[in-house]
Amino acid sequence: MEDLSYYKEKRSEDWRVELRKTKKAKERTLMERISMLEQDAVERSQNIEEVNLGLTEEMALVEAQRCLDCANPTCITGCPVGINIPGFIKKIEVKDFLGAAEVLKDTNTLPAVCGRVCPQEKQCENSCFYTVQLKKPPVAIGYLERFAADYERNSGKMAIPKVATNNGIKVAIIGSGPAGLAASADLVKFGYDVTVFEALHEIGGVLKYGIPEFRLPNEIVDVEIENLRKMGVKFRTNFIVGKTASFDDLRAQGYQAFFVGSGAGLPRFMNIPGENSIGIFSSNEYLTRVNLMKAADNNYDTPVSFGDTIAVIGGGNTAMDSVRTAKRLGAKRAVIIYRRSIEEMPARVEEVKHAQEEGIEFMNLHNPVEYIADQDGHVKQMRLQKMKLGEPDASGRRRPIPIDGSEFLMDVDAVVVSVGVSPNPLIPSSLKDLETTKWGTIVVNQDTMQSSVKDIFAGGDIVRGGATVILAMGDGRKAAAGIHDYLMEKVKKN
Amino acid sequence: MYKIIEKEFFSEKVVKLVLEAADIAKSRKAGHFVIVRVDEKGERIPLTIADSDIERGTITLVIQVVGVTSAKLANLNVGDEILDVVGPLGKATHIENFGTVLAAGGGVGVAPLYPIVKALKEAGNRVITVLAARTKDLIILEDEMRKYSDEVIVMTDDGSYGKKGLVTMGMEEVIEREKVDFSMIIGPAIMMKFGALTTKKYNIPTEVSLNTIMVDGTGMCGACRVSVGGKTQFVCVDGPEFDAHQVDFDEMLMRLNAYKKEETEAYEKYLALQQA
Ligand SMILES: Cc1cc2nc3c(=O)[nH]c(=O)nc-3n(C[C@H](O)[C@H](O)[C@H](O)COP(=O)(O)OP(=O)(O)OC[C@H]3O[C@@H](n4cnc5c(N)ncnc54)[C@H](O)[C@@H]3O)c2cc1C
Ligand SMILES: Cc1cc2nc3c(=O)[nH]c(=O)nc-3n(C[C@H](O)[C@H](O)[C@H](O)COP(=O)(O)OP(=O)(O)OC[C@H]3O[C@@H](n4cnc5c(N)ncnc54)[C@H](O)[C@@H]3O)c2cc1C
Ligand code: FES
Repeated sequence: MEDLSYYKEKRSEDWRVELRKTKKAKERTLMERISMLEQDAVERSQNIEEVNLGLTEEMALVEAQRCLDCANPTCITGCPVGINIPGFIKKIEVKDFLGAAEVLKDTNTLPAVCGRVCPQEKQCENSCFYTVQLKKPPVAIGYLERFAADYERNSGKMAIPKVATNNGIKVAIIGSGPAGLAASADLVKFGYDVTVFEALHEIGGVLKYGIPEFRLPNEIVDVEIENLRKMGVKFRTNFIVGKTASFDDLRAQGYQAFFVGSGAGLPRFMNIPGENSIGIFSSNEYLTRVNLMKAADNNYDTPVSFGDTIAVIGGGNTAMDSVRTAKRLGAKRAVIIYRRSIEEMPARVEEVKHAQEEGIEFMNLHNPVEYIADQDGHVKQMRLQKMKLGEPDASGRRRPIPIDGSEFLMDVDAVVVSVGVSPNPLIPSSLKDLETTKWGTIVVNQDTMQSSVKDIFAGGDIVRGGATVILAMGDGRKAAAGIHDYLMEKVKKN
Repeated sequence: MYKIIEKEFFSEKVVKLVLEAADIAKSRKAGHFVIVRVDEKGERIPLTIADSDIERGTITLVIQVVGVTSAKLANLNVGDEILDVVGPLGKATHIENFGTVLAAGGGVGVAPLYPIVKALKEAGNRVITVLAARTKDLIILEDEMRKYSDEVIVMTDDGSYGKKGLVTMGMEEVIEREKVDFSMIIGPAIMMKFGALTTKKYNIPTEVSLNTIMVDGTGMCGACRVSVGGKTQFVCVDGPEFDAHQVDFDEMLMRLNAYKKEETEAYEKYLALQQA
């Protein structure tokens, strides 16, 4: 959050000053935080429709009034990309919903997505005046973001951002996740000839193959992609940079700069006995089969395992998505096995809450140590060990310690291993000069996102390891600016 | 979309398709494969690139019909288009002049073996190829193989063509006759398992190309994992070729059956629909 002057200027516009006077701060703080409209828990655990139904206009108007339009908006410092939060909320308060969406899009390329999947409780809402000073529930910033973005999308008046005239300079974006999409949006606005290369047959990265429909409907992502198309971004699916064509091939085709947003797609396993038994999947495989390949739909050819008891190992968003998917595919018992306690879970608080409401069982402070298969090699049991919490570790969370002699067997029909991902090695392994860390992430300049290879920029999970949508998107935008500077400099020199 | 421009049946269940895929044709090397999705509802399956033609911008696939997707592919005709083809995937075969190479191919495994035999020959090796199948009709690419092999030995289980016996018999005949420096075995998992046991007996460095179940083919899912030397490897990115003497074939054979029930049901449904 560098430039607060811009924010201050907006805040002192007449209409904002007047608006603040319409209601006393005291009155605003006495209002209760609205609750999200949701599908009934039992009903929704049997369908794949979105769980959250959004706010009504009335609800949004009321919630917007709670925001105090602080002189020192700490919420903004909590946002990884520094969205002008009071700026968009006050537009909602005056019923200028399209205006609110516009403010959001100044900094956030994908507000409808972020409004749904950002861990607001750790970011903006965690630094909201209500949380910090009043010890009250924060303004529902995430819900309001989603509201404004959805309003715009459904209004039929979605503004297609203006783009500069095509300057004919070709830029390649590698990977179509949030990092790549955000980079492509800015670069096409600057006037570049932008092509996004995607390895899979679908555009969207984790937004499509990972995060399920009940949390983020594909339609929302598709609208964004369609807008990018209208702005002139070209998409090539089934194209793996480093395999289908090398960087040198693309350079020879005239590409002058590259943005690598290839994600952290490599699933980790625990390397415990029996883990290669049939019926044990990585969460990536499980979710890809269901989300990308539509395996649960009989009209599609890809199969997926069903079963009465499905255990999911892990406590992140990916684990929650997998376990709730298993429930929706008919599992009688869908169980989270997590080695720490619920407080340490990295998943969004809302997902944990939703999972609990849907009847997901939580076996916290448990860890698998072995899988046992039947004679066909299909997993039938897992050996679990109980854990207790020790001193905090490097992540600041209390370290799980196994309890001796606590092991026991549990019957399972399938297991989804969701213990993290590593950076996709395809790109680093295809480029010798590219500097990477020992974790396989690409090393970049923090300000420009430029890598050790001058014409290659990178961002998102391939730089951060597993991170978040908003950080990936922010990186994409930062890199677009970096690429713009780099190319303008290059043009000047020639 | 990837248009089919040539189609030829090698046997009732084995079909060759030549399709337009210019970028892949340009980048592929021996040992590479592609992932194919036939249509909107289709699954993604791996198929080796048997050959390519850079000028025409085409790649050649040889497909054995074993289930729904391979059957769908075999039902396509010249002019039809395949929705998705991505590649080249996997690591290319390590090619060098080993001296004398024993190449053994079983069933449709002869298709992926063909570009490797070609490359090995071009690298200066003496190449002896053993082609094996259940019966005469299933022996494929014999003429092509002869072109790039110093000798071709054909084995059929029923003796309807070439010599009667399993692939391992043909292999042992060569190994006992002359010094073999390297062996490459590609075919059904069970054939590779026994082929590997054979060369191990004689301490001949051997590679196999594993045909595990896959989804993405880019290292993202782990569906293709196998144990090699006690370590879990992803066939799509770490392979598909591995040291034959380190592969846990029993685990791989087991994992190939992961969806046996679903696959059989789906195939029966598909065949019933075709008949109707
Ligand atoms: C199940 C799940 C749930 C999640 N839930 C949340 C959440 O609620 N909130 C949140 O903020 N974050 C969540 N995350 C994390 C978030 O999705 C990621 O941090 C984010 O998607 C990273 O974006 P990216 O653009 O860097 O990469 P990705 O979204 O991973 O996209 C990378 C794309 O690049 C493609 N690619 C890779 N290599 C190549 C190549 N060589 N050539 C061409 N294409 C290539 C890949 O196929 C992929 O489509 C979740 C992740 C998962 C898996
Ligand atoms: C790297 C690689 C290269 C391959 N190259 C070729 C090739 O060039 N030509 C070719 O015909 N096939 C090849 N295969 C195998 C091919 O991918 C499978 O035959 C195909 O996925 C079967 O799909 P299906 O829907 O037709 O049958 P399914 O309904 O999926 O399966 C039907 C039957 O085939 C068995 N099966 C399923 N998957 C495989 C598999 N991957 N390998 C062996 N048996 C399997 C099942 O156990 C089942 O009994 C390759 C596999 C890999 C991993
Ligand atoms: S096929 Fe998904 S990782 Fe190999």
